[in-house]
Amino acid sequence: MSAALPREILICTIARLLDGVRHVAVGASSPMPAAGAMLRRALDDGQRPVRLSILGSVEHNFFTNGSAELFDSAGQGRLDAFFLGGGQIDGQANVNLVGVGDYPQVKVRWPGSFGSAYLYFTVPRVILFREEHSPRVLVDKVDFISAPGTSAPGVYRTGGPVALLTGKALFRFDKARPGFTLESVHPGHDLDEIRAATGFAFDHAETPAATPAPDTATLSLLRGRVLDELAETYPAFAAEWRSDLAALTREGSPA
Amino acid sequence: MAQDLRDMARRVTPGMSLALPVDYAGVSMAMTRPLIEHGAGGLHLVCVPTGGLQVDMLIGAGLVATVETSAVSLGEAGGAPRFNDAVRQGDIRILDATCPAIHAGLMAAQKGVPFLPIRGLIGSDVLANRPDWRVIDNPFAASDPVALIPAIRPDVAIFHAPMADREGNVWIGRRRELAAMAYAASETLVTVERIVDRSLLADEMTAAGTLPALYVSAVAQAPRGAWPYGLWGEYASDTDELMRYAAAARTAKGFAEYMAGFVGQEVPA
Repeated sequence: MSAALPREILICTIARLLDGVRHVAVGASSPMPAAGAMLRRALDDGQRPVRLSILGSVEHNFFTNGSAELFDSAGQGRLDAFFLGGGQIDGQANVNLVGVGDYPQVKVRWPGSFGSAYLYFTVPRVILFREEHSPRVLVDKVDFISAPGTSAPGVYRTGGPVALLTGKALFRFDKARPGFTLESVHPGHDLDEIRAATGFAFDHAETPAATPAPDTATLSLLRGRVLDELAETYPAFAAEWRSDLAALTREGSPA
Repeated sequence: MAQDLRDMARRVTPGMSLALPVDYAGVSMAMTRPLIEHGAGGLHLVCVPTGGLQVDMLIGAGLVATVETSAVSLGEAGGAPRFNDAVRQGDIRILDATCPAIHAGLMAAQKGVPFLPIRGLIGSDVLANRPDWRVIDNPFAASDPVALIPAIRPDVAIFHAPMADREGNVWIGRRRELAAMAYAASETLVTVERIVDRSLLADEMTAAGTLPALYVSAVAQAPRGAWPYGLWGEYASDTDELMRYAAAARTAKGFAEYMAGFVGQEVPA
């Protein structure tokens, strides 16, 4: 089997971050978190049931009370993990899904806050996921707080961010400080590059660890069952992935 | 275009608030063209809880004054071009929300109460920019601030479903947000794939997923009426068509050209 594609390393990292969850939800337009959650479920098959809710999917959605049920179940403490992206994410783990510039007439408008202003408070393990790792995404201070990374004492909050995963690295979030610590750097990237691409200050080891690549068994599960499952909800993403794999096979060596 | 769809569109008058469902729940794309041709403008759209193609088209057609939403996008096809442009230009008023706040507002209307409390929100700029929302201290506990969302009472809710019967009962299956919209709205306009002769309430299996005619103002048949969106249990989204729209609607001119050929129902290949 050919070596893992960069996106496959990300999906496997997501599956690792989801270790031990009972119920994970994935929002709209989130193919990689969905794939990571599907991989987690496939890895745990026969050991522990992992419930997966994908908004917009018919197959991977067991809710019967409409789109409010996801939020209701989170409010009840029945949702363990969720993913948030962000046009901007800052060093305090504040997330901006609204736009760049002065609100409301922003220069660049993104879709909107979705459920973030609620789920960031109520889901214990929120994983920040944004593939683009650049100073325009990872900023010192967001232009609009869709959802705050931490809350003042006294504000009801059972959830929040635990990690930030990008195309270059994995960070852990410490809410006491608050701030991020670099946990590992993905293959092909290094600390200097991460520093240059990150608009906020973060802690790190002198020589950060490398993000592990998946083993053959995990990779074959990913390219088989998980890719098939994913195609139902994210046909375009799945087709592109398949074509990258086909190109990899034709070349006979990893890109 | 079917006359009954035109007749339903006429129930919308300038300045009304319209509740429209999320892209996967059953969007009545078949009503989009009649609404645009009817031309009632100054609309306040309530996206339940997010908007997509229909919202973008109504904005592009110049019919929208305000969008109350948790997000507007075309999903896999990317950002909603006419919405994004209208926000940048300051052409529409945007009331940014979060999904459960929209659900809470509709639920308050459903219950006939003035507001519902919800968790989260505190410390966000979503809350900071909604002077119509409030934070109070939980009267049942010490030092526990909680956000209040006022009832959302749309003038008209519009959606698409698989079937209705001759009495106007509509089968919505487990898409309960469609019922929530109808409970909260003064009027509800529904397009369906088919109209069945049997009563949906006569069989307990269908009755459980049926919105009673009490909440339904008008029903019209519109086969493949969610296209290019899919309809649960019936047909999948046409992602290629959504991408064609996303590319065309990047400019006002491209949008106008696309809309000239858009009748709201799939043209057989």
